[in-house]
Amino acid sequence: MLDVAITRRLGAFRLDARFTAGARGVTALFGPSGSGKTSIVAAIAGLTRPEGGHIRVDGVTFFDAAARVFLKPEKRRVGYVFQDARLFPHMTVRDNLLYGWRRVPAAERRIAPEPVVALLGLDHLVDRRPATLSGGEKQRVALGRALLAQPRLLLLDEPMASLDAQRKAEILPYIERLRDELAIPIILVSHAIEEVVRLADTLVLVKDGRVQASGPMEEVLGRLDLGPMFGAHALGSVVGVRVAAHDDADGLTALAFDGGELTVPRLDLAIGTAVRVRIPARDVVVALEPLPERISVHNRLRGRITEIAETADGFSEVRIRVGSADIVAHITRHAARRLELTVGQEAAALVKSVAFDRASLAFTAGAVTPPRPGSAAGAGP
Amino acid sequence: MDILSPMEWTAVMLSLQVAGWAIAGTLPPAILAAWLLARLDFPGKVLLDGLFHLPLVMPPVVIGYVLLLLLGTRGPIGGFLYETFGIRLIFTSQGASVAAGVVSFPLMVRAIRLSIEAIDRGLEQAARTLGAGPFDRFFTITLPLMLPGVVSGAIIAFASSMGEFGATITFVSNIPGETQTLPLAIYSATQQPDGDAIAARLATISFTVSLVALMASEVIATRVRRMIGQ
Repeated sequence: MLDVAITRRLGAFRLDARFTAGARGVTALFGPSGSGKTSIVAAIAGLTRPEGGHIRVDGVTFFDAAARVFLKPEKRRVGYVFQDARLFPHMTVRDNLLYGWRRVPAAERRIAPEPVVALLGLDHLVDRRPATLSGGEKQRVALGRALLAQPRLLLLDEPMASLDAQRKAEILPYIERLRDELAIPIILVSHAIEEVVRLADTLVLVKDGRVQASGPMEEVLGRLDLGPMFGAHALGSVVGVRVAAHDDADGLTALAFDGGELTVPRLDLAIGTAVRVRIPARDVVVALEPLPERISVHNRLRGRITEIAETADGFSEVRIRVGSADIVAHITRHAARRLELTVGQEAAALVKSVAFDRASLAFTAGAVTPPRPGSAAGAGP
Repeated sequence: MDILSPMEWTAVMLSLQVAGWAIAGTLPPAILAAWLLARLDFPGKVLLDGLFHLPLVMPPVVIGYVLLLLLGTRGPIGGFLYETFGIRLIFTSQGASVAAGVVSFPLMVRAIRLSIEAIDRGLEQAARTLGAGPFDRFFTITLPLMLPGVVSGAIIAFASSMGEFGATITFVSNIPGETQTLPLAIYSATQQPDGDAIAARLATISFTVSLVALMASEVIATRVRRMIGQ
């Protein structure tokens, strides 16, 4: 259990962040650059000292302004993976990995080096110097180094920000495996919605130094009132589905959930695999009965409108309840008026098969074992 | 070695010895001073910085005179050392080492300070989150990473110690076999009517030692940088 409530003034910028997160799984701190995400994790690690509030992790008080408690960073056991890896250049990868490990009493070591090296695919790198590693390899070593220090909590500060798409794809599966195989809570700082959807269970939305919303990822992401905060690109819905069938002839895969079926381009996943898909709100078309027949859009999800929110800049966000899922559509206010959309009305969400956000395709915890990193994890043909 | 007379040979060996001790003695305080200046903010930092650099701009004769006042057997520090431990610095090779050390101290501090300032503080923060306390961090991260500066600083200071003249002659005088280092021997030679050949030989040695030291400083610093992965 993580309980954070901190205030700090940095010039004109005021940080006032409060949130709690579960003892397991990934909590994402999501928000635009400069919103204070890194300041929050730096305070959790103890690298900066807030002016007020408290930070508690697993019943251990790291910081409490009222009680004048400030635990030194070296005593906190927080695994911090920095944006820029920060590997020690004068040491081999092996010595980097074991730096924290050697500083933990033998009796308190639960995570052993061999499985971590295997988990992160570092076997062939241990004798190398950091200068000879690629960006993705550096971040994997940094992850391993943090893990071997036997952390109570893992802080990942945009670990993929400096990586290109390919390297990102290389490291994401490893973080997924950490999440699923280790019982260490992870805090992930990110400004990329795909990353958040793919990895997070809990979402903490940060803007201008304040927590705007926090809660289960699907719930927060689907909140229409937060739309402007995500930006038009980020707003969307996340649906938990299972792979139902493959159509090899047409190169399609059918995904089933209690509200119907979605057809997407062929995914390289076994039938029955549970995944999360994100449907960007701007790619959803709202249609009323009778549904047009001669139209290329394949996916029709019939449901009922539960909410309509008008944005300041002339758009409407319409939430349609389909089975147990909420599909959000980003349409013009003009369109909403023309169709005379009202809450409670029956409507269908039309989604183009090509609209699926592949980067955010996520393997949900407890699903079939995710594919080994290196195979086509989360990517179709 | 027939090229050098025993007296000249003695001067060369004495210079090496004096410079060696000077470096050994100044290195720890120079590292501490460089670290203080590079890493801490405290009132009087500018004054301290000025004091450390004073030997660089003051006439060496003045430094020698100040050392004489402080470390002479009747001086406040020298008197204490002499009466308590029986250590006498004036007119001894140890005194020559002190004079050389004081003069070359700023050079060493400068080189080390630059190398400390070049270290990414983020690495120390990373070490901190991995459970390393202050001394642990200093010896496993900071010190190895500032090694290039320490090595080149020490070599430059060594070379400058070999050439120290004014402070040495003022503080410990010019005693063959005890305090007569290379520059002092060269000076004495030039004062003799038939000393030109001696002075030329010793000057050549002095020139060679300085050049070799400068080149070695570059080569070793590069090696060390590569060793620590920079």
